[in-house]
Amino acid sequence: MTNVAEAAPISGQTQPPARSSLRDVLAQTEIDLRLFGMLVALGLILLIFNILSGGKFFQPTNMVTLAVQASGVAVIATGMVLVIVSRNIDLSVGSLVGLVAMTYALLMTDWLPNILGMNAEFPFRWVIALAIGVILGAGVGALQGFIIAYVGVPSFIVTLGGLLTIRGVIWYLSSGAAVSGLDPGFQLIGGGAQGSVGGTVTWILGVLGCVAVVALLFNSRRQRRRFGFALRPVWAELLLGVIGCVTMLGLAAFANNNFWPKGLAERYAAENHITVPAGGLLIPTGFPNPIILLVGVTLVMAFIATRRKFGRYVYAYGGNPDAAELAGINTRWTILKTYVLMGVLCALAAAIASARLNGATLDVGQSYELYVIAAAVVGGTSFAGGIGSIPGAVLGAFVMQSLAYGLSFMGVNSPGQNVVAGIVLILAVGFDTYNRRRGS
Amino acid sequence: MTVAERTPLVEMHDISVAFGGLHAVQDVTIDLFAGEVIGLVGGNGAGKSTLMRVLSGAHPADSGEIKVNGDVVAIRNPRDAKALNIETIYQTLALADNIDAPGNLFLGRELTTRLGSLDDSSMEAETRKVMGRLNPNFTRFTLPVKSLSGGQRQAVAIARAVYFNARILIMDEPTAALGPAETGQVRNLVRQLKDEGIGIFLISHDIHDVFDLSDRIGVMYHGRIVDTVKKDNVTADDVLGMIILGKKPDEVTEKDKAEIELRG
Repeated sequence: MTNVAEAAPISGQTQPPARSSLRDVLAQTEIDLRLFGMLVALGLILLIFNILSGGKFFQPTNMVTLAVQASGVAVIATGMVLVIVSRNIDLSVGSLVGLVAMTYALLMTDWLPNILGMNAEFPFRWVIALAIGVILGAGVGALQGFIIAYVGVPSFIVTLGGLLTIRGVIWYLSSGAAVSGLDPGFQLIGGGAQGSVGGTVTWILGVLGCVAVVALLFNSRRQRRRFGFALRPVWAELLLGVIGCVTMLGLAAFANNNFWPKGLAERYAAENHITVPAGGLLIPTGFPNPIILLVGVTLVMAFIATRRKFGRYVYAYGGNPDAAELAGINTRWTILKTYVLMGVLCALAAAIASARLNGATLDVGQSYELYVIAAAVVGGTSFAGGIGSIPGAVLGAFVMQSLAYGLSFMGVNSPGQNVVAGIVLILAVGFDTYNRRRGS
Repeated sequence: MTVAERTPLVEMHDISVAFGGLHAVQDVTIDLFAGEVIGLVGGNGAGKSTLMRVLSGAHPADSGEIKVNGDVVAIRNPRDAKALNIETIYQTLALADNIDAPGNLFLGRELTTRLGSLDDSSMEAETRKVMGRLNPNFTRFTLPVKSLSGGQRQAVAIARAVYFNARILIMDEPTAALGPAETGQVRNLVRQLKDEGIGIFLISHDIHDVFDLSDRIGVMYHGRIVDTVKKDNVTADDVLGMIILGKKPDEVTEKDKAEIELRG
């Protein structure tokens, strides 16, 4: 990259030519090629299923359900990126999700009312349950992280042990029974017609998204100008702004095309004395709550990964553990923190899962570890360490879930879906490895 | 005031390090004054790098004492060493390959905004400044250092050590991976830093480097210091003899000399 202020021409380095091909356009807008490729792949998957199903697949109801189903895995995958980037693994996430989900259920049905005397009328009781779950997740994460970072037991072993142990503990907690009946407030975390933000808020969020995109572009341009770094061409800035805004508003419009189920809408109308119009009462659901949660988690995690010291240290450790240590980084503390973060994310995913179930069974979160690792890896996280991106992992989760959902939509049974998911996982990583080898 | 009367910048007393039964460094005592360059030489496995890893905090000593400016200090990890303004350029360079040059330069000591977030723009601007002095041809500030040439990577490692106002600088084979022009640059830099009053330990295989840059030469042999000699009092052959035989020049017998002839 040439420095505009000094304008020192470097031999063998010329200004990129004007936009001539897609690759050049992408280079000048500085869009991440990998992410762009994954978005295209995701779009193709949805498109193919849409064609195969004769246009039925690509409807707001389906897409919203798909997104909600992917949200739990995606939330955890953002943390798995940091764990894998720092050359570790976490196999215990599925069991931890199950443990925290069971804890939520027991808290709201048994422990809070019977031990602490908080009956169902207690204000914001579900928030207390959620807080306890998050602390539990962080605590289990910290314990595993401590054994990995400070005692030095390999993470594969520690979390494999965690997978088995925690799943067993769940059985003892509930005496082997499923528990149901969560607080109404808590159930909203899981989505559904009422667990969505509604039409107006969705539009507001869409507009806010637009504003954020534009503000980010402006801020980045101002920073670059202040230090005299190369600026993106104006057309590229405009293009990015327009794409960003169209995407935000498009998603909002799309989500607002999903309406409350007829029965629920009629009941709501009757309760609020609204006359139902001839075509039925159309109440837009808008973005479901778990998706709002996922977007929030993704933004926070991406911020931590790229803008905070902790994130920088995770990547530095993954790139060269010795270098990180010699640079004076407290590497053990850094590793421990990645597992605490994983525990918190598992607790959030557990909230989504148990809210959707309105309770917890013994096998909540079963096999999550596999889907989460697959999402991270399909999203470009490398087991060699040091490479991986948070948005990539979220997209990876959506790619995997789209395949599963699309196949089941087409009537393929669950073993068939697994066959496809496994093949896609290997193909995605194989393609990536090939690309990297060619690129270097 | 003569050199001997001043307080040394660094004094290492009776330092020992053992790896299992192997005594990598045994009872080594050495000191370094401000504005002085000490060349550390010795064969492979003589203990030069291990001794310096003790000073840089990369490996704790099993026994011995370190003083900086006359005060006893505890160097348990690289953070302790950096707090004492001891900077190290490792032979392996110790760069995180997946991170760009500014990220590596500021690794562990990032510039942050008021809210504690990484201030990448400021770090890049500072890196441009310091690299402009060290290696004006350096332009790849936003690429992972993996994609840089050996000389450029070396420049990043050197920039990292000199940027943070080092008072004591350890250079482990700083020119091993460099071409003639870049080697010349590093030599000029060593002289410049010495003039600024920085004390430098220079580990090198290149006897010319050592004679060119050092004030004193410390020769190590099988984990022990053979002697620390003023450069002006010895010849290159004397030093080579010490490296190979592990004996001071006046202890060398005719038989030893014959052996050197044989090997040389």
